Amino acid sequence: MATKGPMQDPSVDPMIDPRTGEYAVIAPGHNFKSVTQKIAGIVLTSNTPLGWFFGLMVGGGVAMGVVVGCTWLFLKGVGIWGVTIPGAWGFAIINFVWWIGIGHAGTLISAILLLFKQTWRNSINRFAEAMTIFAVVCAGTFPLIHVGRPWLAYWLFPYPNTMNVWPQFRSPLAWDVFAVSTYASISIIFWYIGMIPDFGTLRDRATMPAAKYFYGMLSLGWRGSTRHWIRYESASLLLAGLSTPLVLSVHTVISFDFAVAALAGWHTTIFPPYFVAGAVYSGFAMVLTLAIPIRKFYHMEDLVTLRHLDNMAKVMLATGSIVAYGYGMEVFMAWYSASHWEFFMMWNRMFGPMGWAYWILILTNIAIPLTTLWSRKLRVNVTFLFILSLIVNTGMWFERFVIVVTSLYREYLPSSWGTYRATKWDYMIYVGTMGLFTFLFFLFVRFLPMIPMSEIRMMLPQTKVTPGGANAETISEESA
Amino acid sequence: MPPREGIYGMLAEFNTPSELVYATQEAHRAGYRRMECYTPYPVEEAAEALHFHKTRVPMVCLIGGLMGVTTAFLMETWINVWAYPLNIAGRPLFSWPAFIIPAYEWTILFAGFSAALGMLALNGLPQLYHPVFNAPNFRNGATTDKFFLCLEAVDPKFSLSETRTFLEQFPAVSVVEVDH
Repeated sequence: MATKGPMQDPSVDPMIDPRTGEYAVIAPGHNFKSVTQKIAGIVLTSNTPLGWFFGLMVGGGVAMGVVVGCTWLFLKGVGIWGVTIPGAWGFAIINFVWWIGIGHAGTLISAILLLFKQTWRNSINRFAEAMTIFAVVCAGTFPLIHVGRPWLAYWLFPYPNTMNVWPQFRSPLAWDVFAVSTYASISIIFWYIGMIPDFGTLRDRATMPAAKYFYGMLSLGWRGSTRHWIRYESASLLLAGLSTPLVLSVHTVISFDFAVAALAGWHTTIFPPYFVAGAVYSGFAMVLTLAIPIRKFYHMEDLVTLRHLDNMAKVMLATGSIVAYGYGMEVFMAWYSASHWEFFMMWNRMFGPMGWAYWILILTNIAIPLTTLWSRKLRVNVTFLFILSLIVNTGMWFERFVIVVTSLYREYLPSSWGTYRATKWDYMIYVGTMGLFTFLFFLFVRFLPMIPMSEIRMMLPQTKVTPGGANAETISEESA
Repeated sequence: MPPREGIYGMLAEFNTPSELVYATQEAHRAGYRRMECYTPYPVEEAAEALHFHKTRVPMVCLIGGLMGVTTAFLMETWINVWAYPLNIAGRPLFSWPAFIIPAYEWTILFAGFSAALGMLALNGLPQLYHPVFNAPNFRNGATTDKFFLCLEAVDPKFSLSETRTFLEQFPAVSVVEVDH
């Protein structure tokens, strides 16, 4: 993107704002038209990049793991998994919590950062929200298929039936149903409402009849009327305000699944905040995992800049520190509570037969990220951030593994101790959901606007309204 | 809607938001009331120029939220106390603290759907046909980079020639008639 204005010192990066010394949120030289062309061009092009087909096929191929795994599961029952007594909760709950945690960053970016007027979020919120929805799809699969007879999973909903059987609202499983279904519904509606103006743009720019029809229907006839915009903004703010406590509550409710059980290692009051922080931590890691290849592949470096990556890395540093505090507090309370069940659980978690998992978790979640993310140089190093985001995602999976498995397999009575070993079916369904996520994401970047055009337009300097209709911004307008 | 004939309004196209806001303020000063701005992103100054301040979206959202919390809490109480009482470890049937979590979730669910669908309903969307789409230049820029002001024919002050002259005094790119 060509920069405008006086010649700059070539040693100065054009992406660095000379006034603040910070990386720019949008590369200089953009105007309404160029932003629209760039984002809408990805969707409306007739030349789909070959790499996209490749990615879609890989994602779809891996997603077959879910299809095959679930088919065998439905035929044979949950016995094909590694779950047994005492390790009655295995991969299903681990993956459920992991996936739903990943979703949280999307809502955080779209809701909390909107309320705090963090305009840098505008470039990344759309695909972060898409990530949320696809992560919730993957997460929702697990509780659905783990109930033993998944075709009866709808019994969890309160609906009038001839058996006169109703759900039990003192059970965290029923709470989960409400929390996750609300979360999915609100995320989808927030996502769709956010896209309506962009669908209007795509409808007006589309040339192929099918695309015109498709985006025309989705845009609901949006025409950018000012009265509409005011109501729209009001609804967006309300949805953000509603999603903010929702983010906090969903993972809190999920932590209640553990915390209301009287089991050493689970029965902890720190779980809700610590789960929420961990969710945001892994979610931002996943946004980085997605944003870095996408901005490279679609040449989006001028809209998703190093500033975004830097800011996200800072959020990871903050939430990672909260998670580290949570780990510290678990160990401290195991000692300070003077409950020898707790103490044994913690000792066993660290030095027992599955101690390796605990130390992997400490290494990948705490040791590596929290020592390196302090360095600004590393925070804007794209390759490093990508590798780090993969490391943190691994670490957060191990966190759930450690919490679930090491608390269960050696509980109160030594006579009922056992172990837990995942089977190939566990792995197949888990890896399959990653493929499903990739597949859905590739469809999203091709057919929907992955960066909100109307919100990017609001960040451009041309939006400044001068009194009296003075035409001060026309010059920058002409530099397309 | 029955097909209507005639002029819907006069549509002026501008290059910058400043010009649009200025023209809107002047139109309001000149006595025009039935008018609307069309912009590719929300321009708050345009809403001020139109004297459009209050939306009823927050009220719809509040009503939805209150309905959500009431529905969920009463439903849970009815189910676990009367319809299907279960004795779980001797806990009271009306164990309301446990009922709060689903009630809280439904508050958000109902409020969110009310805000979103209420916004669409108040906006009159979906509305796939609208006269402004008939203007030849509207769809080239209204959702990309151009700013439009439409003075509508239902306004008592509207007259074909005078309104056109009025709009042409601004540096508008074009002023066109919009048919129904």
